[in-house]
Amino acid sequence: MSSQYIIRRLLIMIPVLFGISIIIFAMVRVIPGDPGYILAGPHATKEQIEQIREQLGLNKHPVLQYLLFLKNIFRGDLGTSTRTGLPVTKEIMARFPNTLLLAFSSIFIATVFGVLIGIISGVKQNSKFDYLSMLFALFGLSMPVFWLGLMLMLLFSIKLGWFPAVGAEGLNHLILPSLTLGANSTAIIARMTRSSMLEVIRLDYIRTARAKGLAEKVVIMRHALKNALIPVVTVIGLQTGTLLGGAVLTEIVFAWPGIGRLLVEAILSRDYPVVQGVVLLVATTFILINLIVDIIYSYLDPRIRYH
Amino acid sequence: MKKGGKKRGPIWEVFRRLSKRITALIGLGIVLFFLILALFAPLLAPHDPYEHDLAHKLAPPSWEYPLGRDELGRCILSRIIYGARISLVIGLIVISIGIFIGVPIGVISAYYGGRVDFIVQRFVDTMLAFPGILLALLLIAMLGVGLHNVMIAVGISTVPIYARLSRSSVLSIKARQFVEAAKAIGASDVKIILQHLIPNSLSPIIVQSTLHMATAILWAAGLGFLGLGVSPPTAEWGAMLNGGRLYIRVASHVATFPGLMIFVTVLGFNLLGDGLRDALDPRLKT
Repeated sequence: MSSQYIIRRLLIMIPVLFGISIIIFAMVRVIPGDPGYILAGPHATKEQIEQIREQLGLNKHPVLQYLLFLKNIFRGDLGTSTRTGLPVTKEIMARFPNTLLLAFSSIFIATVFGVLIGIISGVKQNSKFDYLSMLFALFGLSMPVFWLGLMLMLLFSIKLGWFPAVGAEGLNHLILPSLTLGANSTAIIARMTRSSMLEVIRLDYIRTARAKGLAEKVVIMRHALKNALIPVVTVIGLQTGTLLGGAVLTEIVFAWPGIGRLLVEAILSRDYPVVQGVVLLVATTFILINLIVDIIYSYLDPRIRYH
Repeated sequence: MKKGGKKRGPIWEVFRRLSKRITALIGLGIVLFFLILALFAPLLAPHDPYEHDLAHKLAPPSWEYPLGRDELGRCILSRIIYGARISLVIGLIVISIGIFIGVPIGVISAYYGGRVDFIVQRFVDTMLAFPGILLALLLIAMLGVGLHNVMIAVGISTVPIYARLSRSSVLSIKARQFVEAAKAIGASDVKIILQHLIPNSLSPIIVQSTLHMATAILWAAGLGFLGLGVSPPTAEWGAMLNGGRLYIRVASHVATFPGLMIFVTVLGFNLLGDGLRDALDPRLKT
């Protein structure tokens, strides 16, 4: 049953990946002007433009152009950056690990704090802790990430001198950007855990567990938590993907050398091959993470597989 | 929703339920405050938001300049007040784009079902495969930088969300008796969609729009911060924050106040949105 589910899930992925590739393919062709010129950049010589036209088959039928585009992607050839003259793949691979590191450390922080706060709030519904933490969660949702980053930098780097303000040399450099990027997800995970906890606590089997005379701690930790955390897994997965996209602002604030910053630099200098490459990579990673999350989810909650 | 004329009706009831929640009222208060700033900016701003005074650049808060002056010696308070106008316009346009494109797509997809639904939903899936702000960034890369393009880009990014939302809401209404009855008396598809399906699926859309106002302001400010939005010297909160960022060590007030304003405004819309959700449809409560 479950392998059937995974296969079905993989099949759904195909039209989406197809759609993404079409959007990215169409991107430089929708912009007014010659795609060869656009992809070669403003400083290219006539020969370079001609070479790119040849390489992309711009004289051929659009369908053939698209197939050539796909072929190049599968060969790992995403073109050449118009700004640096380096292969796009090389540019991205130099930066991508930094963004992954930032995204995963943020989601780690968000999961630990979010789940913990959510559980306590759910168990102690309507307590002072509950009100305060949900208020803070709402703050977290409303906080502009770039402002939070600046304020944390102002307090912890400039005033207190605890952490470095910019750069990416070691663990010390990772803390402020991770806290900044993770704040929003912490809030979302805390809210989700709390509401899921509240829903589960009201179910019959929890009443039964309590009626058996089990200690409250056992009821919560062993019975309620297992089921309450199932939907939270999905949210954590979705947040991981969102953080990849959301890292853009955090990376700019902390001068973190990731692909978010690369993307903004590329947009500002009209370096289209790099824009295409980064968008393709992030969207594909996001889809893969969603797939993995769905599969984990189907194991945790077997009902999903039977839908 | 129902044709007007009958007492104060549903809107009064929603307000009554809203007023029971202190957080929703705080949200409403913040939103009203924001609207007043935006509408009466020329009356409220103490100085000209574009007047330079390089001799007093980065001056700290004082009686005459309560929030201090920025890197060009302009009054930060006045610029924040004028910035509310831009944020309001951005929010309204972004939501309008989302609703006017997204809702019809979702409604048609759900009403006709079958192949139409399948194709539309794969299209929506594709758009949702761009996490967070990424789709907006891609669109800006295509359209070019500038305030108009930021609004279009953020607006289009919200289309799939409205399409999904209105689809699920119509799916649940479609099978109800009054729709069946309308069909039975021979109402046309257009009439059923416009008179029955859309009005009855409005409440989740209203809630979503309020919450989206928050997201729109946040994202547009983010794009302004990245230097992709307004061109100088326009007073926009994100761009102001970006300008102040460079002086964070010597004059932190330049970046602090515009950011605080974004935060409070977004918080207001989130509080109001949460409250509206509980008041309009308690089933959606999280």
